[in-house]
Formats: sequence, C-alpha cells, structure tokens
Amino acid sequence: MGEPVTDAAGARDATAVRSDRREYVLHTIEERGIKLVRLWFTDVLGSLKSFAISPAEMENALQDGVTFDGSAIDGFSRVQEADVLAVPDADTFELLPWVDPKGAEARVFCDVANLDGSPFEGDPRQVLRRNLCAAGALGYRCYVAPDIEYFYFAPPAPGARPTALDAGGFFDLTSTDITSSLRKETIRTLEAMGIPVEYSFHEDAPSQHEIDLRHTDALSMADGVMTFRLVVKEVAALHGVHATFMPKPLEGVQGSGMHLHLSLFRGDDNAFYDPSDAYHLSPTAKCFMAGLLRHAAEITAVTNQTVNSYKRLVPGFEAPVHVSWARNNRSGLIRVPIPKRDNPLATRIEYRSPDPATNPYLAFSVILAAGLRGITEGYELPAEADSNLFEMPDETLVKLGIDQLPQSLSEALRTMERSELVAEALGEHIFEWFLRNKRAEWRGYKTHVSQYEIDHSLRSL
Amino acid sequence: MTPRADDPQPTRPIAVFPDPAPIEIARTLDLSGYAWKAVRTVEALERLEPERGWGGAVVDCSEDPEGGWGICRALRDRDPAVVRVLVLVTGAQVGDLESRDHLFQDFCLAPVHPRELDARLRHLCADPREVDPESIVAFGGLELNLETYQATFDGRPLDLTYMEYELLKFLTMHAGKVVSRETLLSRVWGYEYFGGARTVDVHVRRLRAKLGEEHAHLIQTVRNVGYRLGQTRQTRQTRQTWQTRHER
Repeated sequence: MGEPVTDAAGARDATAVRSDRREYVLHTIEERGIKLVRLWFTDVLGSLKSFAISPAEMENALQDGVTFDGSAIDGFSRVQEADVLAVPDADTFELLPWVDPKGAEARVFCDVANLDGSPFEGDPRQVLRRNLCAAGALGYRCYVAPDIEYFYFAPPAPGARPTALDAGGFFDLTSTDITSSLRKETIRTLEAMGIPVEYSFHEDAPSQHEIDLRHTDALSMADGVMTFRLVVKEVAALHGVHATFMPKPLEGVQGSGMHLHLSLFRGDDNAFYDPSDAYHLSPTAKCFMAGLLRHAAEITAVTNQTVNSYKRLVPGFEAPVHVSWARNNRSGLIRVPIPKRDNPLATRIEYRSPDPATNPYLAFSVILAAGLRGITEGYELPAEADSNLFEMPDETLVKLGIDQLPQSLSEALRTMERSELVAEALGEHIFEWFLRNKRAEWRGYKTHVSQYEIDHSLRSL
Repeated sequence: MTPRADDPQPTRPIAVFPDPAPIEIARTLDLSGYAWKAVRTVEALERLEPERGWGGAVVDCSEDPEGGWGICRALRDRDPAVVRVLVLVTGAQVGDLESRDHLFQDFCLAPVHPRELDARLRHLCADPREVDPESIVAFGGLELNLETYQATFDGRPLDLTYMEYELLKFLTMHAGKVVSRETLLSRVWGYEYFGGARTVDVHVRRLRAKLGEEHAHLIQTVRNVGYRLGQTRQTRQTRQTWQTRHER
C-alpha cells in the first residue's frame, strides 16, 4: 500500500471545471459519434419532456441555452411569457445505452430559464434547486434513496383492464422468466447510466416488481427517478411489455408506492444520527420527522397527485393511511429503519406515502420544506404509534391525536390550497397551476359513473 | 476529429528545415503560437532535439530537396519516430513524393499560403493516429486518453459523466495510493462545490456500477480514509508499451 495522497493543495477552481466540462461533452460527442443530443426537462406533472438537437448545435447550447416555446408544453408557461431557455446541465450528459451505437444518442438534463437567464418559476428542477439551496443555507445537504414499485402488463388495449404477466394469461408458460429477466436487464441499463441499485425483487402482487436505488443527493435522485421511469418503460417496450407506475392498477392487491429514505448531512456527518438516543435519532431527525408529520396532509396532493393515488392509500395493503411514525410498524407514515450494524451513515427515516407517479422534483421539494420547517421551528415529535392503527376505532385515534391522510385528491387539494408552506416551497406559479390542473382532473373524475356504481345501484335502486 | 480553435498547441517544439527558416513559415508558426527551432543539418536536428523529443516538423524541400528528405529520414529513424511531418514541395517536385510516403504525414505546395500552412499544422497536431503517450493514463485494462476525454476498459468504451471521468482519472493517476475523500473533493470537484464528501462516495458507487460487477473491485474502499485504485502502486504506462499497442 502506497502512502496516502493527502495533499489538498491545488484545488480546482470553478472556471476551469466549467470549461473542462464543456470540452468533455464536445469531445465525447465527437469520439463516440453521437448523432443526436436529447435535451430533457420535466413538466409540472412530472412527465419527461425532450427535444433533440444535432451535435453541431451543442456547443452553442452549452454556452447560451436553447430557446423553445414553453407554452407548447402543458403546465410549463403562461402564454404571454412563452419563450424560455433550456440550459443543459453538462454534468448530466450521458449516452443512452439502449440506443443502437450506430445512431448513438446522448441525453442531458436541462434547467429552464427565462430569457434574461433567471430561473424559470415553472420549472420543477429549478424549484428543487431553490429548496436545496434553502437547506444548504442551514448547512444541510439532503440525500434520498427511493424504493420504487411498478407493474408489468401485457400492452393494454384502450379501455381494457390490465393483464398481469405472471398470473396466467398472456405469457403463461414463461411468465415469471420474462418479468424477472426484464428486471435484470433494467438493472443492467440503470447501472450503465450510473444509477446504482441496492435491491430488487418480485413484489407481493402479480407482475409487481420493486427496485431500490442507492442514495444520492436529492437533485441527482430526482433526475435519477425520471431516468428510472424511462428505462423501465423502454426496456419493457423492447420486449412488447407495458410497464406502469400507476399507483393502484389492480383492485384487491397492493398498489405501487415510492417509499423515500431520507437523511440530512452536515458536511461528512449524518445530522440524523445520535448514538446517545435509544433509536439513534438526533434532535434534528426528530424535528424533521415532526415537520413532515405536521405538514403531511398539506403536501399529499403533491406526493400523491392522481385520483388513482388515493385508491392505494387504504387500509390492508401496507400503504399508510394515518399520520404517525414507528420503528417497525409498516402502517405508519414514517418508519425509522433499524440499520443492520450501528452505522452512523445509514441512519435515516422512510417516508411511505409517495407513489411513483409523483413529480420527484416537486415531491422532494415539499418533503424537504416540511422537514426543514420542523427543524427551524423546533417542532416536537409526537409519541411513536407502534400498535396496528388499522385495528383501532376512530375515537381512539382521535384521542391519540392521530390524523388521517387525505382520503381523496379533492380533500388533498383543499388542504394544499390553504398551505402557506407548499405555496412557498413550490412558488406561486407552480402552486396555482397545479391546483388549477388537479381540480380539473377531479371534476373530470367526479362526473364519471363507474362500474362500481352500476354494479351496486342499478338493480337495487 | 476536428481541431478546435482553442486547442492548446503541442508543448514540444517543432523542427523547421532549412535554417534560417523561410520567413512565411516562421511568421505562421509564431502567430499560431508554436514553439519551433530551425535546423540546417541532421547533426543540428540531433543536437537541438528537446528533452522530450520533437513535437513534429515542417520540412521545406523546395530549395534543397536532398537536405530536406535527409531530415525527413532522420526524423523517421528517431526512437520513437517523429511522425508529424509536413513537407513543402514545388509543383515540379510533386513526383518526388511518390516513393516517399513513409517519410511524411502531409504535404503542401510551395509557396504556401499562411492559412493553408496553419490549417495543415493544426490537423497534423490533432491527428488521432498519433497519440501523445503523455496523454494516456492506464492501469490494468483501464485506459484514459486525456486528450479526447475517453475511457476504456479492455478496449470497451466506458460511458461516463464528466465528474465520473474526472474522478476515475484522478484515481488512476494515483493508482495504488490511498486518496482521501477530502483530497478528491478538492482536487476533482474544487472547493467551491456545494456539498460534502458524501458526493465522493456517491460517485464512486456510480463508477463501480459502470465498471460492472466483475471490475467494481478495482476501486477499493479504505475504511475511514478514502479510496484506492488497484492494490499496489503502478506508474504510468510507458511510451514503449503504448507503442506496442499502437502497432497491434
């Protein structure tokens, strides 16, 4: 073993890093024969948007950004401020491994800016950046590791019910092989794109799978979740299979969640860790949890943004219903996992309500804002709820001061619109647009007469 | 690849024949920022050779073809051979080129236009067929080309982001040595980077994922200290081994 390299002199300065990074991207385009560079960004609802430029245009794009008409994208811009700039984040420049090398393509995430260069208020990635800066101002850096669940189905005909692949039917004989090999190929692709996987397994429900990602800083992870959803769908589609992140596609079995393992670091130290506490939770961690619990109902419209999300948040399917925390009780909203060894770096909390259909940039933003509010205001953590809350009568829950999460998108929106915390975290632009868009979704749902009503009422009434 | 306007010029001086150098050649080289020395004889070529060898040569054969080709032969016989050789011939001498392909990389007709000379020199210096061995960093099957920013493992390209590449480069240049996370943070990311040394751990995990399960162990964790590439110290690949690969 050689002597350690400890000389910290000669630190790189920011200008050198910036110009090197540009050179790196341009050289890679040249050397790898890249035919197309896809500029990625995300709309308010969390859909990945993309437009492609030729490699020749990339040098200018890195310098000045690329102008595009924001109003063409749902939820992105008001008509009068239509033109915005997509500014590539060169750190995220990466080849797309599923594209034929002969027509090699790369992607780069973009920040969206106004024409004067200021961050565009309608860009979720900028919203998360702003919230991460707020955490940074308090000395914290936020790390996230999601456990993402999803289903594989036969490609659905319009209006048809989903067909699970390993519960008979479509792929009968080879069913389990197909979905397991899909998962393996997905993991290979994710790792090739620098998204390391911690665990993966077949979930409880037929055709349901879970992939757990290793933690990274929140911005990289939000980018990672966007990439993840695309990779899962792309790999499945290559094999004629449809992957879905719909929160509750099948009645009577578990839905798909996206549990988030969260921690705050102060420099090299885990701010959530305290060896003197019985649960190894620091006062900071407890305040963060208290903030999340107190504001949980307000942020639920963001973390669970579809009508369908609320069909998952029901008793009996390992999804949280009550606003509570516990160490080993999976009915709670926050779980405190017990690290296998006493590892200060692994101390974290798990927020269990979000589903994989959320916009990760906005979800991380409101979660962080709620937790930080707990820290800055010094909220007190309520007592642990270690018994099964599903079995308790409502009166007992009320007596214990345990609330429920919103029961529907409508209720969640009503709670959100009164939240000064969410308005601040998202910014007025997105806050208003989100409420408007989601109220329209609820109105559309409310006028729909479902099979349930026909089955239960048509004959008897 | 296309040479870019802001490419640094080769740091090793270029040999120019004859001595004194023709004025238009001297001016073009000076204006484009090349270091150069004029040589009149093979003896002068050897005597004036820089410590790290000639970066290339511009040989004007229009006045003294015999002397010029003599210089070209001497350049080819250096160890390692100087291959970035640009010759200037008159229209009447074009026939001389036929049997001498192995003595030069490119040529232009004298009198040469300064812009043509400049463009040809740029192209010559950027020619990927000659990789400056100084710009290759290697360890085992891993190889990084510092000029083109490309990394390969056993010849297979690794698709890295910029920061992953920079991290791998630093670890490879210090292969066999333990590098602390703080050092990596300051030397790879720069002090102005927002965030802690956790960033290093996250990127090391990404690198391992990209190296693949088989080779992930190449980057070792040294508990409570930092990381190390490989087990033992290994110096940078020598020019000799690079050439072996080049000929393959």
